[in-house]
Amino acid sequence: MIQINALLLLLFVLLGIIALGLGAIHIAPAGVVRAIADAFSGKGSASEEELILFSVRLPRILFAGIVGASLSVSGVVFQALLRNPLADPYVLGISGGSALGAIIGIVLGAGSFYLGVPFLAFCGALVTVFLVFIVAGGSRGLMLDNSLLLAGVVVNSFFSAAILFALSIVNSMELHSISFWLMGDLSGAALKETAGAALCLFIGFGILYAQARKLNLMVQGEETAMQLGVNVRATKYALLIVTSLMTSVAVSLAGIIGFVGIMVPHMMRLVFGSDHRLLLPAAALFGASFLVVADTLARILLAPAELPVGVITALCGAPYFIFLMRKKVQG
Amino acid sequence: MPIICAKNICFRYAAKPVLEEVSFALEAAQIVAMIGPNGSGKTTLLKMLNATLFPNSGQVLIEGQDTRHWPRQAIARTVAIVPQESPAIFPFFAEEIVLMGRFPYLRSLAFEDKKDYRIVQDVMARTDSLSFAHRRFNELSAGERQRVLIARALAQEPKILLLDESTVFLDLKHQAQFLSLLRELSRKQHLTVVFVTHDLNLAAQNADRILLLYNGKKYAIGTPADILTARNIKEVYDVDVGIDPNPHNGSPRVTLMT
Repeated sequence: MIQINALLLLLFVLLGIIALGLGAIHIAPAGVVRAIADAFSGKGSASEEELILFSVRLPRILFAGIVGASLSVSGVVFQALLRNPLADPYVLGISGGSALGAIIGIVLGAGSFYLGVPFLAFCGALVTVFLVFIVAGGSRGLMLDNSLLLAGVVVNSFFSAAILFALSIVNSMELHSISFWLMGDLSGAALKETAGAALCLFIGFGILYAQARKLNLMVQGEETAMQLGVNVRATKYALLIVTSLMTSVAVSLAGIIGFVGIMVPHMMRLVFGSDHRLLLPAAALFGASFLVVADTLARILLAPAELPVGVITALCGAPYFIFLMRKKVQG
Repeated sequence: MPIICAKNICFRYAAKPVLEEVSFALEAAQIVAMIGPNGSGKTTLLKMLNATLFPNSGQVLIEGQDTRHWPRQAIARTVAIVPQESPAIFPFFAEEIVLMGRFPYLRSLAFEDKKDYRIVQDVMARTDSLSFAHRRFNELSAGERQRVLIARALAQEPKILLLDESTVFLDLKHQAQFLSLLRELSRKQHLTVVFVTHDLNLAAQNADRILLLYNGKKYAIGTPADILTARNIKEVYDVDVGIDPNPHNGSPRVTLMT
């Protein structure tokens, strides 16, 4: 178990090193490793190469990793709580609610307060989460899978419309481009925000991991979990609040990046099974690697132009989603 | 002191009354069958006994303490239930499902230790489910899944075991095996068993006492011979039956007259 996660961590590091070297200025992985070794031993020269590596690409890769891990872990938890492998922050509209909250924050000038915008993004996510759970039937019987997904579609298009509306009535320099919110974009990565997001991820992950055994019981049904000794209501609220926080931090800094929270958990379940004590760290590490790869593709595919990373995740995620749905219908 | 005591319990879903003024007491180490027509409140009553549902008025006492005051993990160490079915949306191994029965004994960050694995081995052997311990729960047959769920409940090492029609998917051999296991556990470890069933002969042959529910009320409680009379069954189930002593052990044998 520890070995599996060590391997996934190694994968993340390797992909990170390769990704560091890719871009307008190409540096071979060996060169990247040498530059990192130099920087650590204090021999670092202030060459243009190193500037690009450490001030431009490295923060962005770390940022991609943190956002990918946050979204994947949130996906695992939402799927467990709704007992639906197609649930994730994007499909359920939680990312959209979060983005709308962030935009309302910017429009109202909350940006001048420390953490003002992420806080409103968090509120947006939380409201959406509870709406979804009320629609899904709360603690009594679960709504049919398809209606839950349909509700997500409707909520999503409502939020997209509201976001576009907000963007067209306000012409603020503070608002990022439309594509940032609608398709996700990691190009705005700054070290300070990355550090904040990392802190949220680590604390949130710690709380979630402590509940991993309970999650295993929760996916057996709430009544079963209860009779096996889980305090279902308290656990559910704690998990929803933490995942909403992780989602909203990711969204307020990177916009809406879709499907990561479905694809990564599903692949990890396929390989490692459903024990959340293994699944949560595996999804975090693989989610980080996944988004680093997606973002690197977004940077280099149309170089020197850049794609929003959400385009890449949606291009592979949407077909994957349909594949999963068909499998569910047949199976 | 009775291990289970229901005092005037009433319960309604929305405006529809499901249980009305139900009272009874059960002694430890008894095997009790709960019978009654569809909609008579059997499953609801079972849920009250394991504190996943609470009465609107009245009390359920387990070992003399109101279920409302039992901490969740403590009651899970005392009462276990075998549900009719369990959703298998995400793939777990059969052994992992049984290990979940150890949850009430573990602290939040702890992993299962040798003792937990030994208990899981033991209960899986007793339910004849070791051979598919490392197969996915969702790929098992209904009867195999049922045995895994029984093993999970036994892994909780409960004092009270509740069964919601847990023998319906079992073939004859495994039914016999399971019923003799229940008798053994009740005799040697003072396990109290409450099982819901529609099979009156199963109840007659295996229960020490039968609780007959009718329209959310306790119709009668007593020995199989007291409860399973043609008159009671005619009134509660609205069918005519013939009753004679079972040649094997003398318990009442119910034959449907059609």
